[in-house]
Amino acid sequence: MSAAETTSKAAPRARLALLLLLAPALVWLVGLIILPHVELAVLSLRTRVAPRVYEIGLDQYRTFIDEPLYWHTFVRTAVMSILATLCTLLIAFPTAWYIAKIARGRAKSLLFVLCLIPFWVSETVRTLGWMILLRESGVLPRLLVDLGITATPVEMLYHDATILVGLVYTSLLFMVVPLVGALESLDDSLIEAAYDLGGNGWSILREIVVPHAAPGIVAGSIVVFMLTIGNYLTPTLLGGKNSLWFTEQIYAQFITRFNWEQGAAFGFLLLILSTAIVWLGLALSRQNFGDVMRRS
Amino acid sequence: MQQDLEVDGVSKRYGSHTAVDALSLAVAHGSFFSILGPSGCGKTTLLRIIAGFLEPDAGEVRIGGHSMRNVAPNRRPVNMVFQHLALFPMMSVGENVGYGLSRRGVAREEIARRVDAMLKRVGLPGANGKRIDQLSGGQKQRVAIARSLVLEPTLLLLDEPLGALDLKLREHMKIELKQLQADFGTTFVYITHDQSEALVLSDRVAVMSAGRFEQVGTPQELYYQPATAFVAGFVGANNRVAGKATRVVGETVDLATVDGLAIRARANGAIAAGDDVEAFVRPEVVALARDARDLPPEAQQFGGRVASLLFDGANSAVLVREAATGAEIRIALPQTGRFSDLRVDETVVFGFDPLRAVCFGAAGDVRR
Repeated sequence: MSAAETTSKAAPRARLALLLLLAPALVWLVGLIILPHVELAVLSLRTRVAPRVYEIGLDQYRTFIDEPLYWHTFVRTAVMSILATLCTLLIAFPTAWYIAKIARGRAKSLLFVLCLIPFWVSETVRTLGWMILLRESGVLPRLLVDLGITATPVEMLYHDATILVGLVYTSLLFMVVPLVGALESLDDSLIEAAYDLGGNGWSILREIVVPHAAPGIVAGSIVVFMLTIGNYLTPTLLGGKNSLWFTEQIYAQFITRFNWEQGAAFGFLLLILSTAIVWLGLALSRQNFGDVMRRS
Repeated sequence: MQQDLEVDGVSKRYGSHTAVDALSLAVAHGSFFSILGPSGCGKTTLLRIIAGFLEPDAGEVRIGGHSMRNVAPNRRPVNMVFQHLALFPMMSVGENVGYGLSRRGVAREEIARRVDAMLKRVGLPGANGKRIDQLSGGQKQRVAIARSLVLEPTLLLLDEPLGALDLKLREHMKIELKQLQADFGTTFVYITHDQSEALVLSDRVAVMSAGRFEQVGTPQELYYQPATAFVAGFVGANNRVAGKATRVVGETVDLATVDGLAIRARANGAIAAGDDVEAFVRPEVVALARDARDLPPEAQQFGGRVASLLFDGANSAVLVREAATGAEIRIALPQTGRFSDLRVDETVVFGFDPLRAVCFGAAGDVRR
């Protein structure tokens, strides 16, 4: 057998091996992501004109624009998610700084575990915990009455602030982890050098620490934003009827109203919205998506 | 002469460990001062106290005649070149050099002008727009120094900046650093564990050990008149011979090792017969010959065999095992190439002038 024949026989075998190795990833990608989305896209583009009779058209998207409630909810969800992401960043940054730069040895791992502990409980139970604390007959309103701060118990649930608190609480870990990574890789002598050259706390944070940690900040923000904008449970439970979260609209179309076409269109709009905001965030912070994802 | 830096009785303790023990020193304006010591001797602690990153437990630091008590590092007329240089990777070379000026609120055009001038002076004209990772090790070094010197500090502190460079570049940067210091006339305080760096660069050197100065002096003084056994052992190559003093005659001491090797050396400090002593003989002080008649007449003479040859160009040496006791002595080979045909196991004679060897009482030096 000549060498050429060997290679010509070996090549397809190598290709087969590669294909088999890639199979799980391909099945996952095609079967669970691409196919459902194609199906959703097709669904969202048809209108029911009579039982079992459908027409292709943009009617579902037109409904979204014509009905103010829908796009109000849409914009509100986006704004609240951005707000929640910013709040999470503001709270997570000092926490991550402490874990990365100040805590040593056991204290460091202990603090990490403390951030992780809430995730041992399911999200439902965690959110119900907040409800026990905050509802009118709950722990916190009664405490305020006992302390004489309020005359009667105050309903603390069903406010926007309550939703934000719940969302930030749920997302904190996903911000802390990439931030700790980014801050740990910052050489302490850079901070000392900047201080030595006349920098002060604020200018060092702005000119040295934040630029260095930028990929971590952006990575954490993307993850938190995605989790928040797609969250269903926390806004529904903590915000009640007032929450007006876009995922609730999708849920309502699919499950309550059995209008899959409308639900699919909403789902697509949410996908476009989150992609657009993430892209905008990356462009504003001048970060590269590949770099950021490698850091997270 | 004006003293740019005065350290007065400064101490720093970490728990029971005293890192810096009541140290005092003065550095004259425009001079190159080195603090030389093995790792863990407290030199970095001392430097960080001068820079202001650490507060001393006792004592005072004065820079340019002003007390630095309660003055934060960013307000001191001192800048530091860090061990790994600590250049800001998120900024260009120009932004690095201009950082301190912009923190002082200097106008943008003025910063650009001064940064250009400074980069020209350190031999990197037009490097403003480069990223830090585009620079070679030596260029980074120069940027780090430029970044500090552009602020015209009274004092520049350098924390082993050559430590991370490879040998060839280190030799080159040594010369460059000395020239930069001479050019700028800024007072340099340089920390190192490398005695050759300290000797080559400095006007004055403080040898530090266990939180204290063993000796402060010019490189020549340290080399030729070491004040303590530690300095003799640490600065330059030396043969150490430990034993008991058998006889003290005038300023020389006779000592004998446990193995019976008897040598004579100049006494440093009070030594009485019977004391434990250490003598140090520099490799270049020992004369080597094939015939005893070739040795200088004042030398004590020993016979031995060549144990190994350490050829290193101009720094070549030979290890000779003394015939009677087997003690190993390092002897520098003359640069004339007279012994280039020397072979291992060859029988040789060697000797040295007792007055050029120095002997210390092993109980510690008298000053403590």
